[in-house]
Amino acid sequence: MANVIKLHVNGGVQVVSTDPRASLLSVLRDQLDLTGTKYGCGEAQCGACTVLIDGHPRRSCITPVGTAAGRQITTIEGLEQHGKLHPVQEAFLTEEAMQCAYCTSGMIMTAVAFLKSNPSPTEEEIAHAMEGNICRCGTYPRIVAAIQRASHQGTQS
Amino acid sequence: MTNDPSMPLANDAPLGSGSESAIEPERYEFRAPAVHHFGLQRRDFFKFLGAGVLVVCALKQVAAAQESGAPPPGGLGFGPPLPKEISAWLHVGENGVTVYTGKVEIGQNIRTSLAQAVAEELRYPVGKVELTMGDTQLTPYDMGTFGSRTTPTMNLQLRKVAAAAREQLIALAATKWNVDAQKLKAVNGRVEVAGTKRSIAYGELVAAQQLTAVIPADDPLIPPAQWTVEGKSISKVDGRDFVTGKHRYPSDQTLPGMLYGKILRPPSFGATLVSINAPSFDLADNVTFVRDGDFAGVAAATEAAATRALNALQAKWNEQPQISNSDLFAYLKGNSVDAKGFEGAQKYETGSVDKDLAAADRQLHQTYTVSYIQHAPLEPRAALAQWSGNMLTVWTGTQRPFAVRTEVAQATRVPEEQVRVLMPDMGAAYGGKHTGECAVEAARLARAANAPVKLVWTREEEFTWAYFRPAGVIDVAGGIRNDGALAAWDYTNYNSGAAGIRTFYEVPSQRIVFQPTRYPLRQGSYRALAATANHFARESFMDELAHAANMDPLAFRLKNLKNDRLRAVFAAAAEKFGWNRAKPAPGHGFGIAGGFEKGGNVATCVEAAVDRESGFVKIARVVVAFECGAIVNPENLKNQIVGANIMGIGGALFEKINFAGGRILNAQFSKYRVPRFSDVPPIDVVLLDRKDIPPAGAGETPIVGLAPAIGNAIFQATGKRLRSLPMIPNGLNSA
Repeated sequence: MANVIKLHVNGGVQVVSTDPRASLLSVLRDQLDLTGTKYGCGEAQCGACTVLIDGHPRRSCITPVGTAAGRQITTIEGLEQHGKLHPVQEAFLTEEAMQCAYCTSGMIMTAVAFLKSNPSPTEEEIAHAMEGNICRCGTYPRIVAAIQRASHQGTQS
Repeated sequence: MTNDPSMPLANDAPLGSGSESAIEPERYEFRAPAVHHFGLQRRDFFKFLGAGVLVVCALKQVAAAQESGAPPPGGLGFGPPLPKEISAWLHVGENGVTVYTGKVEIGQNIRTSLAQAVAEELRYPVGKVELTMGDTQLTPYDMGTFGSRTTPTMNLQLRKVAAAAREQLIALAATKWNVDAQKLKAVNGRVEVAGTKRSIAYGELVAAQQLTAVIPADDPLIPPAQWTVEGKSISKVDGRDFVTGKHRYPSDQTLPGMLYGKILRPPSFGATLVSINAPSFDLADNVTFVRDGDFAGVAAATEAAATRALNALQAKWNEQPQISNSDLFAYLKGNSVDAKGFEGAQKYETGSVDKDLAAADRQLHQTYTVSYIQHAPLEPRAALAQWSGNMLTVWTGTQRPFAVRTEVAQATRVPEEQVRVLMPDMGAAYGGKHTGECAVEAARLARAANAPVKLVWTREEEFTWAYFRPAGVIDVAGGIRNDGALAAWDYTNYNSGAAGIRTFYEVPSQRIVFQPTRYPLRQGSYRALAATANHFARESFMDELAHAANMDPLAFRLKNLKNDRLRAVFAAAAEKFGWNRAKPAPGHGFGIAGGFEKGGNVATCVEAAVDRESGFVKIARVVVAFECGAIVNPENLKNQIVGANIMGIGGALFEKINFAGGRILNAQFSKYRVPRFSDVPPIDVVLLDRKDIPPAGAGETPIVGLAPAIGNAIFQATGKRLRSLPMIPNGLNSA
């Protein structure tokens, strides 16, 4: 049954009418037109649907939208602030860390959360933290380099 | 393809005086239909594009026919009618430069590399070149984006078109200023009088003009040695749209009033629909139910409603007995297809194979196998279809929008002219999206629902109902002399394909056969086609022969190899890797393999580390040397090479489709392992830039050396020879 649910997305408030068991991914994409968050597997195996909920990386494809109500949801569209890209976004551009880029949103969201918990990680720590995100084009080394680049910028600023 | 006359086999040429038909290496690239004539006329162009200069690239034979007409091609003004068969065109208007090509962007980064080609010749800022790609209404017919053909063909054609446009602009300025065109040059979007401050922007120059030109075949091009934009690492032109989530992939397309589709899938391959009972659906879900033969599906207001409706359908199916993957290789060996022509066996033979094999000092016979694998592009098939009367528009992810137009038109029984297919830059394909199943399904649902319908395949559907890389069995026999020279080579590939099947080693007696067979799963193109399987078999077997001859594997290869380009990449990879300097630590092994395909030459060195107790195999490092002629964009080339090798790790070590009873048993990422961050070794890339050779594509060939190099390294580390792809799906101890 449809309920009215209040979502805090990217700093704004959205009211949606939906079954609370519906996936957060489907609500973001189909009701809020936030299509930067991607479907890749539907079983939390690929990371393409990663968003931040209260700052933690969550697989939106298996997250019932009802459980996200009232929490702060950040999607890829919410990282850019006043026309300025997030350092992780900048670093992905600089390192050319993408090919088809379908995984990129999920990679960036996972990395943003990870760098908050570990601001200056080693390559191994990055690989471990990102293990749940799949890039079929095989840009992994560039993604690791981008995350390291973003971490260096974070420690400098 | 290569221009190197020393190359013993050009893979797009007939294979010489073989005793039967020539081997067709691209058999698993779906064949193209006849070239579709393009309908737009000159006046339509300018109506649509606005004033400016239009340069079209005519297909060769048509360009020649044009030349017999009265006004010369390339001339200014209203010349002959535009040729009907066009590969690309470029428009310089008052507000910018737009290029139209039927090629599509699937992650290989041609939106950037083609923009570079145009910017180079047109002398125009690369970031301002707009590319309209893969839209059957706006872009010229194109067979498809596959076979590493974009760089050797479209890149060249766009350079020619852009060079012609540049000359047109200079001619316009010469007329306008009444100065000798020789004194003018094009710089950064402006024509200027050399040595003065007098200049004019292209946009200003073309205002109110309606000029067309058909490019002559012999237009001068800037030689690679003088490139200033091509040959450079230009960043992805629209990279910002991807890191911000703004880019709209096929699965992100929406339309007002759009419904969501779901298709009823059979329980197993080949099952036929006996009966179906559609219950009364919830009115609020706005469900449309369609059945047409074995096709059944629903469209509804939301994806959840569509799923509910699908689950409510009660269908009875008639299933067929099917083989499972445990029977696969015996099945392929025992079910040869005996047919004539393209569908039949293909064979190349020279010398006296049986006699020379028997007479050789050492003989070796081995069998290699290759399992079915899936492309598993991260974006599954997706389509949005909209009918407007009898006109159909479909946005879909495909490598072949024009072929999809044909497929959709046939399936929906409307003329092709009434179908428009658009291909938004998609979430990859790797050879796996040549077809238009999803577009057809969305179109059928949309017609029945009388509303736009979006259909996005689930991961399970993509793993099950897309097509697979063909499985295969490869038998090889080889004979060598005591000095390590190859004497005879007898090679048969069952089912997996003929790409890269010819040996590039010098062997006086050769029999090379591609034998088609019946096969249990739907199969088709995959990055590098069968070149991966054939290089795995050939380069593993060469390693076995080297050990039989007591020779270093690299020295053994070089002894039997004349081709200079291939020798050069072997030398470069070995040098960077330290093949002759370093010795592997205990438990480690070195492996080398290489090859040639689609104009690219690759050599790969691998160091594998094996834990004897657990059987855990770690790839410690990889060195890849690659040469594909003149380099267009070094960073992007490296990105492709590294990506191909990382993708190749999966097929080499653990990717494998398991099936039984017509069902795929591991149609999920939780059951089908693909390479992840921790699987990636340090990969060193050595690029050889041959500015004297036209650039070839690089999306595929870099993948072919990895699997045999890994297998050869594991052999050196453990003495265990692995002859099946994937090599260690359950670890080395169970291999």
